[in-house]
Amino acid sequence: MNVHARDWDAFVTPAEEGAVHMDLAVEGITCAACMGEIERGLSRLPGIRKARVNLTSQRLAVDWDTGQTGADEIVAELSRLGYTAHPFDPASQKDRQDQTGKNLLRCMAVAGFAGMNIMLLSVSVWSGNATDITPETRDFFHWLSALIALPTVAYSGRPFFKSAFTALRAGRLNMDVPIVIGVTLAVGLSLIQTMQHQHHAYFESAVMLLFFLLVGRYLDHNMRGRTRSFAENIAALKAEVAARIGADGSVREVPLSKIESGDMVLVMAGDRVPVDGVVVDGRSEIDQSLVTGETVLHPVGKGTQVYAGTLNGDGTLKVRVSAATGATLLDEVNRLLETATQAKSLYVRLADRAAQLYAPIVHGAAAVTFAGWMLAGADWQPALVIAISVLIITCPCALGLAVPAVQVVASGQLFKSGVLLNSGDAIERLSDVDTIVFDKTGTLTTAEPCLLDKAQLSDELLALAGRLALSSRHPLSSALVKASGALRPFGSVSETPGAGIETTVDGFALRLGSPAFCGVPDAEIGALLMMHPGASVIAVKHGAEPAVLLPLRQSLRQDAVAVMRELSGLGYQLEILSGDREGAVRAVADELGLANWQAEVKPGDKIAHLEVLKQQGRKVLMVGDGLNDAPALAGAHVSLSPVTAVHLSQAAADAVFLGDKLQPVADALQISRRARRAIEQNLWISALYNVVAVPIAVAGLVTPLMAAVAMSASSIAVTANALRLRWGDGGSTRTEL
Amino acid sequence: MDVLIYLIPIALFLGLLGLAGFLWSLKSGQFEDLEGAKWRILEDDDLDVPAEKKTSES
Repeated sequence: MNVHARDWDAFVTPAEEGAVHMDLAVEGITCAACMGEIERGLSRLPGIRKARVNLTSQRLAVDWDTGQTGADEIVAELSRLGYTAHPFDPASQKDRQDQTGKNLLRCMAVAGFAGMNIMLLSVSVWSGNATDITPETRDFFHWLSALIALPTVAYSGRPFFKSAFTALRAGRLNMDVPIVIGVTLAVGLSLIQTMQHQHHAYFESAVMLLFFLLVGRYLDHNMRGRTRSFAENIAALKAEVAARIGADGSVREVPLSKIESGDMVLVMAGDRVPVDGVVVDGRSEIDQSLVTGETVLHPVGKGTQVYAGTLNGDGTLKVRVSAATGATLLDEVNRLLETATQAKSLYVRLADRAAQLYAPIVHGAAAVTFAGWMLAGADWQPALVIAISVLIITCPCALGLAVPAVQVVASGQLFKSGVLLNSGDAIERLSDVDTIVFDKTGTLTTAEPCLLDKAQLSDELLALAGRLALSSRHPLSSALVKASGALRPFGSVSETPGAGIETTVDGFALRLGSPAFCGVPDAEIGALLMMHPGASVIAVKHGAEPAVLLPLRQSLRQDAVAVMRELSGLGYQLEILSGDREGAVRAVADELGLANWQAEVKPGDKIAHLEVLKQQGRKVLMVGDGLNDAPALAGAHVSLSPVTAVHLSQAAADAVFLGDKLQPVADALQISRRARRAIEQNLWISALYNVVAVPIAVAGLVTPLMAAVAMSASSIAVTANALRLRWGDGGSTRTEL
Repeated sequence: MDVLIYLIPIALFLGLLGLAGFLWSLKSGQFEDLEGAKWRILEDDDLDVPAEKKTSES
């Protein structure tokens, strides 16, 4: 479908034996049948060594011999089968193999298998202690357990050791610190007791604790990885490529990462401008709504600065990529973004706050226990054993699972309602929100323009206009095509650049283009603009009939009014901050029934306004998509951005939502509030568990069997409570808050 | 209790075998597409269906 060749060398990576490898994001893989169809279809091509679809990540991995087939044939075959495919830019895919996830899974497997074997021995010892085990056999079993447990803890404990060490070095306390202390002491104590031929050892407790926590950690990682790979697919499908004009005049499509400042780039009519630069040749109109929020089209010509993310109109442009000069809008946004990111106060997660409370109390209790038994006249050694058993029984098993378990379930719920999380603590921060600030263009409204008023237009003329619009790549034309549902373009169409297009139907001329092109007086346009402020106007004229004016504008997302009513009903304060002109913003605010709005706001002013709200003690959720929103997204307490947003804004936002509806914003708030409640409940459950278990341990009555049962029971209780989020109301929204 | 001399090494060996099996399956990419794997068992590609398929292919 591209008019120019793609430079495939930038996308393929060499594989073994002279073959090459490429990863593609494939649109439209919905079921198992698609999977088989693609794999069979591709394997019919000559030279294909391996074609394998990954249904989870909706990606295709192909290996082929360069001599026999090419990437072009593969993509062509896919589109013949009915699938759009885009290659991944290898430069942007650093973590394709997901090393962290595999490492966690390996640690978990080792802990699991070791735990089973140790438990086998431990159960024998426990039953033997009650009956007739000989001291020699018991010691032998304990030594065997130690033999399995020591390497296991050293291997599987690494993720915790590393994180605890980092936290301690930074002078902080996190959940991993008490975990590491608990595990290390449990293993050390067991080893000493084994040497002294004691009845009890706690090897299975240490290994089981690691196993439970690794399960939680892996699930957490997996959920985040799923979001990330989905976001990468979207990025690839958006085809972040640019058509570079080579020194010899040839045009080749290359990934954005290969474009350097000074390169010449060709921007076709109707395409998004891929880079920031200066127009060298060509004349067109540019839709800047994604950058400034402004919906009115701007004319551009030689020497005009254009920004990445803007939409080109009906002319072809040659753009020279410009280096950052420090004076462009993008530079200003980048500067603001940097300061906003730095100024953002470090959010202390609930789990870490719990750990900061938990660790001193538990370690204090252990110290008091030791001192108490010493005072009561016990020897130092039994006193120490009891003190350590306090630490083991309060082992932060439930506490370590309390937060990740809820987060996994909640992010699954969010995923289902179309919200992808960028940052791990977004759920907690979302639940704090009391004020929501919306951007207008592309957030409250759709990103693409649509036809506002069909009243004056007969169905017949709409159909004709739609068919004619198929021949133009102007963004307003595609809106007209969508409104009319036209499929068949006319055969001969003549175009007047910068004005409109024309053909002949039933012997009469049919014209579509600017009002002047169709001979409409200015007064009529003025009247229409009064009715639809901020709209772009085109006209259609057939034969001698009077021309009909078509107002086009980004319309509100279809459920915007309902969602606003729902949100304000829930007590959120709503505001609009837009870079667009006053009339357009007022119209939207009136329609939504919002009293708080500001128009023509610069990126810096958005941040300043958020700062004012922060001073008032408000927790602000910023929802926005434009380049001008990026600093505000980074500076707000938490932020959401639609998937149509510019790259910079998506990266700055805490979460991204999919689809044409605004409902995911309400869902995200709803789910995060319920998740927050579940997290708090879980923390109370583990606190309650400790209140019961600690006195028993302090009294010196704990046995390894009790530790194992208590640990499993509390972990299961916490996990079950997290799962209740899913059972609660089946992921639907609108329930109690 | 002498039987332990056989039983314990056997138990440990079986445990290690299970672990090795899991690590092998992890390394050979069997955990990369859990969604796809559950559908692939329904595919008939691996069956050696005679005549018709081969003629249509050639």
